[in-house]
Amino acid sequence: MADKSFFVDTSICSACRGCQVACKQWNKNKAEVTTQRNWGNYQNPPDFTPNTFKLVRFNELEEGNTVKWYFFPDQCRHCIDAPCIEMARGLGSKSISQDAATGAVLFNSKIKVSKADFEEIRSACPYDVPRRNEKTGTMAKCTMCFDRITNGLQPACVKTCPSGAMNFGDRDKMLALANKRLEELKTKYPKAQLLNADTVRTIFLVVDDPQKYHKLAAANGTFDITRLAAIKKMIRPLSNLANWLG
Amino acid sequence: MTNHYIDFRNADVILNMGSNVCENHPVSYKWIKAAQDRGAVFIHVDPRFTRTSAKADHYVALRSGTDIAFLGGMIKYILDNDLIQREYVVNYTNASFIVGSKYDFMDGLFSGYDPVKRKYDKSHWAFETDENGVIKKDPTLQDPRCVYQLLKEHYARYDLDVVSQITGTPKEDLLKVYQIYGSTGRPDRVGTELYAMGWTQHTVGTQNIRTMAMIQLLLGNMGMAGGGINALRGESNVQGSTDMALLFHIISAYNPTPQAKHKDLATYNEMNTPKTKEPMSANWWQNRPKYMVSYLKSMYGKAATKENDFGYDWHPKLDDGQNCSWLMLFDDMHKGQFTGFFAWGMNPSCSGANANKVREGLTKLDWLVNVNLFDNETSSFWHGPGMNPKKIKTEVFQLPCASFMEKEGSLSNSGRWLQWRYKAVDPPGEAKPDGDIILEIYERVRELYAKEGGKCLEPVLNLKMDYATNGKFDAHKVAKEVNGYDLSTGKLVANFTKLKDDGTTSSVNWLYSGSYNEDGNMMARRDRSDPTGIGLYSKWAWCWPVNRRIIYNRASVDLNGNPWDPKRAVIRWDPAAAEGKGAWVGDVPDGGWPPMVDKEKTKLPFIMKPHGVASIFGPGLNEGPFPEHYEPLECPVDRNLLSSQRINPAAKVFAGTMDQYLTCDPRYPFVCTTYRVTEHWQTGVLTRWLPWLLETQPQMFVEISKELGELRGIKNGDLVEVETARGKVKAVAIVTARWKPFNIAGQTVHQIGIPWHFGWRWPEDKKFSRGGDSANLLTPNIGDANTMIPESKAFMANVRKIKSKS
Repeated sequence: MADKSFFVDTSICSACRGCQVACKQWNKNKAEVTTQRNWGNYQNPPDFTPNTFKLVRFNELEEGNTVKWYFFPDQCRHCIDAPCIEMARGLGSKSISQDAATGAVLFNSKIKVSKADFEEIRSACPYDVPRRNEKTGTMAKCTMCFDRITNGLQPACVKTCPSGAMNFGDRDKMLALANKRLEELKTKYPKAQLLNADTVRTIFLVVDDPQKYHKLAAANGTFDITRLAAIKKMIRPLSNLANWLG
Repeated sequence: MTNHYIDFRNADVILNMGSNVCENHPVSYKWIKAAQDRGAVFIHVDPRFTRTSAKADHYVALRSGTDIAFLGGMIKYILDNDLIQREYVVNYTNASFIVGSKYDFMDGLFSGYDPVKRKYDKSHWAFETDENGVIKKDPTLQDPRCVYQLLKEHYARYDLDVVSQITGTPKEDLLKVYQIYGSTGRPDRVGTELYAMGWTQHTVGTQNIRTMAMIQLLLGNMGMAGGGINALRGESNVQGSTDMALLFHIISAYNPTPQAKHKDLATYNEMNTPKTKEPMSANWWQNRPKYMVSYLKSMYGKAATKENDFGYDWHPKLDDGQNCSWLMLFDDMHKGQFTGFFAWGMNPSCSGANANKVREGLTKLDWLVNVNLFDNETSSFWHGPGMNPKKIKTEVFQLPCASFMEKEGSLSNSGRWLQWRYKAVDPPGEAKPDGDIILEIYERVRELYAKEGGKCLEPVLNLKMDYATNGKFDAHKVAKEVNGYDLSTGKLVANFTKLKDDGTTSSVNWLYSGSYNEDGNMMARRDRSDPTGIGLYSKWAWCWPVNRRIIYNRASVDLNGNPWDPKRAVIRWDPAAAEGKGAWVGDVPDGGWPPMVDKEKTKLPFIMKPHGVASIFGPGLNEGPFPEHYEPLECPVDRNLLSSQRINPAAKVFAGTMDQYLTCDPRYPFVCTTYRVTEHWQTGVLTRWLPWLLETQPQMFVEISKELGELRGIKNGDLVEVETARGKVKAVAIVTARWKPFNIAGQTVHQIGIPWHFGWRWPEDKKFSRGGDSANLLTPNIGDANTMIPESKAFMANVRKIKSKS
């Protein structure tokens, strides 16, 4: 199976949240008990949870006399060099792996992770995606619908998306689609851009500053490289140690 | 819909006004997006900035209930700048017709008004005819009494200043919309309009839509690919419900319900079949007697004979002029005039305007049968808020029914497509398909009548109800009867052109005739070919009438039968076809007659109108032949800036103890509207029980502007109470920049909005951390002057904080 990627065209996301609900349905994830009290926002649940792998973020901004409403169907980026994996390895945990064929970054739903280790792993993620189930002690996030894609199906969020904002397929095809769409939109939206396309497998297209969608929509340019290098540097001795022990 | 969702992709301008297309019809957004990719402009006009506005190229705000002022201004702009498609207007509309001398308009009232009855004598609005009864016309459109000139005069008052003062829309925004939409008057540019309850649920609902229909005619956009007036239906089969007689005033396929004064079939036909002296008019409704007799044959089968007027006497009839609309029925129920009530697939305790009155009405019943998937606020009304079960006599029965995936049958979508659906799974437990429930009730009732006798025996005993196979409801048998039979051969008729008035044919619904004939179940077709290339998909399912995908399509061509815009031709006259006799190619045309240049053989394109042309002057509606701006019953202004008639002069106002309305009252200073969100459906009976949907929209909220939040000390997430003259509901405040106060004639007017998906029954939460009750506890039970749909989209309310953020 070829290297896979998502292409998420936010310019045509209407925030219907079909993806968010389809994700829960396929993964049999329970609903959180949410409220509008002290919250007052369409974005619900307010953030990722161990049961919420896909979350449409809503951000309302006033610009002069006009208002804008940005929609961002957030999820794990399935990074090409995933800092969470490096961090987990560094901590001696086998809880995270990457599927060689698809590139999916997978959390093992049976391996427990201590709270302290989890905080390290979470902080390694430039997009703040990992979550830990307090009761089971295991981590959870988007699985790229691994059980679907390895059986010839589209991920649930892609299958359900009515506008075509969510796309999934071979990485080269998704990159081509993303670049084609970017070209089409650039005239109308000069700020149109792909987010971290070279380093992630969930490629978002936005038509305005990424920060306006969500503070972690794009990884800070220097963050990836320096942080990743730092992690790698930190874990090298540990890996060696592990090899030596093994 | 005149067109179809897919057809949005053909438009150059998409005006979404009177609905919230991306939120409430999310799948259709893909076709809007396809148009945008072609360079089309998508405009959203709405009181509130929504998810649709976020996807639109232009968002423009207006105060709820002022659409006619907004669109009247557009008519003036189009006429002042001569943007009309003249050839279309002259030949395909009644713009050239001369209006009789009794027609007049003064200070908000048309001639013929009776203020006591709140009714017009419509004979004042008749056209002038010559000695042969043919309507006088002036194709130059210069005669001061022609429709075009009267139109110009009528809307001359709708200038930018007054429209902006009424609507609260800045003048530059009005102009922007008028310019963009007005550009579609060119033959090679097309605009479409998408509306829903945002236009219908007003005292002037019908006229809101008519104003836009007039604009579409002036710009030559009706019948065109990428044009039309498109009602976005809020339920998967609501188009089918109106086609199939779920309204009181029509039986199936838009034939009027017989009234007492129609004493026999001949009288019914005489009084309801339109006549015309226009030589080129097809006047299709002249066929009504064929459709009525075929319908009666379907109703009463062999018992219906020529001798007994095909059983016409057995058919239920209204009293003369009787109004049995929703608001009237619940008014009667509240007065104790009903013993029993079937609430079938609905939840009036939450969906009915002035729901407190509805809920109290239910206490006056002897029995109530709730046919639904779930227990709801209607079946449980007796232990709802403010109810004392000990004092309620109503006996309630719950009949669990199958969901749409648990039964087979057809659904008619917004674009008039009848699509066959298959059963996926068996219904759970004792739940049954509606058809089985109906058949079983009928059988028991029939047995009782047969055994015990009673009044009006024949209608019950003679009813043709042979729709079961092996004791189960058979959707195919019903669908075939709907299509109709040639009773002399026993074969299914090909389509409605084969129906007769002599009792040799049957058909429940002439418009559906052709959907299930000897070629098979056309509704089950799944061929994806599209030879026209404009997305008609003519072999996918089946479309009424006669599989015509875009109605009024003969108006999409010029007098020679050539499309106004060859790039997106719906039909085209091919003179070489049919061995040189010529024929239409493309969509199924509105009649096969040759183009208009052949004056001997042709017919005018608007075949359902008696005079063959579309009505810019519409003398059929109750409040006048031209739409006029009137304020909602409850409004924030003490006078109508356009006339001394503040509210619709023909709207019915109720006067019972529970019918409270307060306008310009300082206790209720804010305009309020109701709406739906993507995540819930209708009263939420189906969606509130789904935890994943409830998670996304957990509770009743009220959206208010930051300015109003400041004024009332309300912060985002605060618990508040929204109150009107009729009731109160708790809600959580969403304080947002997506609402802005309006400048209405120099005054700041705030508007607020609430969804109507919630009800006290579920989720249960005493602390109000989720759930809530219905927005319809607040809405007024006043109706549109023609349809009686309640004015749920514009009324006056107050909002106050209950508890601060903890």
